[in-house]
Amino acid sequence: MEDAIAVRGLVVDRGGRRVLHGIDATVPRGSVTGLLGPSGSGKTTLLRAVVGVQEISAGTVTVLGAPAGSPPLRRRVGYLTQAPSVYADLTLRENAHYFAALHGRDRAAADAAVADVGLASAAGQLVGTLSGGQRSRASLACALVGEPELIVLDEPTVGQDPVLRADLWDRFHTLAATGTTLLVSSHVMDEAARCDRLLLIREGRLIADDTPAAIRATAGVDDLDEAFLRLIRATQPDQPGETR
Amino acid sequence: MNPRILTATVTRILQQLRHDRRTIALLVAVPAVLLSLVYYMYADQPTAPGQPSSFDRIALVMLGFFPFIVMFLVTSIAMLRERTTGTLERLLTTPLAKTDLLFGYGIAFGLAGTVQATVTSAVAYWFFGLQTAGSSALVIMIAALNAVLAVALGLLCSAFARTEFQAVQFMPVVVAPQLLLCGLFVPRDEMAGWLQAASDVLPLSYAVEALQEVGAHPEPTGTMWRDVAVVAGAAVLALMLAAATLRRRSG
Repeated sequence: MEDAIAVRGLVVDRGGRRVLHGIDATVPRGSVTGLLGPSGSGKTTLLRAVVGVQEISAGTVTVLGAPAGSPPLRRRVGYLTQAPSVYADLTLRENAHYFAALHGRDRAAADAAVADVGLASAAGQLVGTLSGGQRSRASLACALVGEPELIVLDEPTVGQDPVLRADLWDRFHTLAATGTTLLVSSHVMDEAARCDRLLLIREGRLIADDTPAAIRATAGVDDLDEAFLRLIRATQPDQPGETR
Repeated sequence: MNPRILTATVTRILQQLRHDRRTIALLVAVPAVLLSLVYYMYADQPTAPGQPSSFDRIALVMLGFFPFIVMFLVTSIAMLRERTTGTLERLLTTPLAKTDLLFGYGIAFGLAGTVQATVTSAVAYWFFGLQTAGSSALVIMIAALNAVLAVALGLLCSAFARTEFQAVQFMPVVVAPQLLLCGLFVPRDEMAGWLQAASDVLPLSYAVEALQEVGAHPEPTGTMWRDVAVVAGAAVLALMLAAATLRRRSG
């Protein structure tokens, strides 16, 4: 089966600066792929290119067999932006109903999506009155409500309670088991171990595209954080690392 | 456009408005208060025989101004908020068509403008004895159309604003020349040729002329219908331009 996402030679410039330097990567269907890298490495830009809202300078991004951002994909791809993008002046339920309606789902599906992120009891609250963590889960509910084939999540677990974070990752794997593809960005290494595959990105370059086990084996260490460090050193032998 | 998505978008925008009680109160009350100022300003002014009183002449045109000014401002800020909070970017990754969003705003704030115009007109006719030869329903229709025009211009201008500061600055740029040149202060045919030409391309001039036609004639005139068509056409054109300037991809 073809890959859910195929990125070929992707170059992106933003504000006169090259943010992505020719990325080649693939994401298999029905898996949870983690996009790991430090802040400012180009994770969000890559995700924006996948959902088709990023202007690109060169290369191609193919999503579910079609060019990224093409109209038929808009009902098949769900996107969670890094900052919660829900309407603060609507209740959570009203937000979910709206995003459900955009995807042709009914109110029952919207209420289920709200319950799935553990916010059923807050459904009647204005989103502006929710805590930061609740607000990002509200945003997540609105990304999942359309039951898309590909779900692109930009740092979905930031600021969440550890128990909830574990619940969310279980949910991601449940979705993957039913054939949904998830691409999830994070800068927290302990989440990397929960992914089926990892894309490691640094300063706009992909430095690994493999399973966590294979990355550990290549680097020769068990700790993914340490493995990431070694891979960086291996790609840049002459640079002792960034100094401030 | 998709009727289901358009309806959902109109509903969503009206729900946002409904949660903001203070804005609703200001939308409804402020024009009525300003109208009462105008009434008392002109209360002791003499009226030339056979002419409409100053209040009748000015209040009628103001009924068209209020929804135009207020809805332009409300729309510019609302659309800018969609941009800065990321909801616009998210919406553009969904099956929503750009016209669903823009016409959604046109309909929702057009309805809000209609409510505003209805309340202000009721105050003008019942409390201050506004006299028009034509029907008050036509006055409200033209005022509502002004609201839609203002929403369309607001959506278009918000594409050129990066911040709230910039968005607010577009109000004097877009609204003030139309108010000055619409024929309320100096009749259009008494203005210098180049000002008349400028007035001729500004849509609010036609809305004001339509209101003046309603004020002077008991039945709707051909001129009034032509003016209404011009304003409606300008609104649709601005919405189309707004759709063309709204980019799904950004840098």
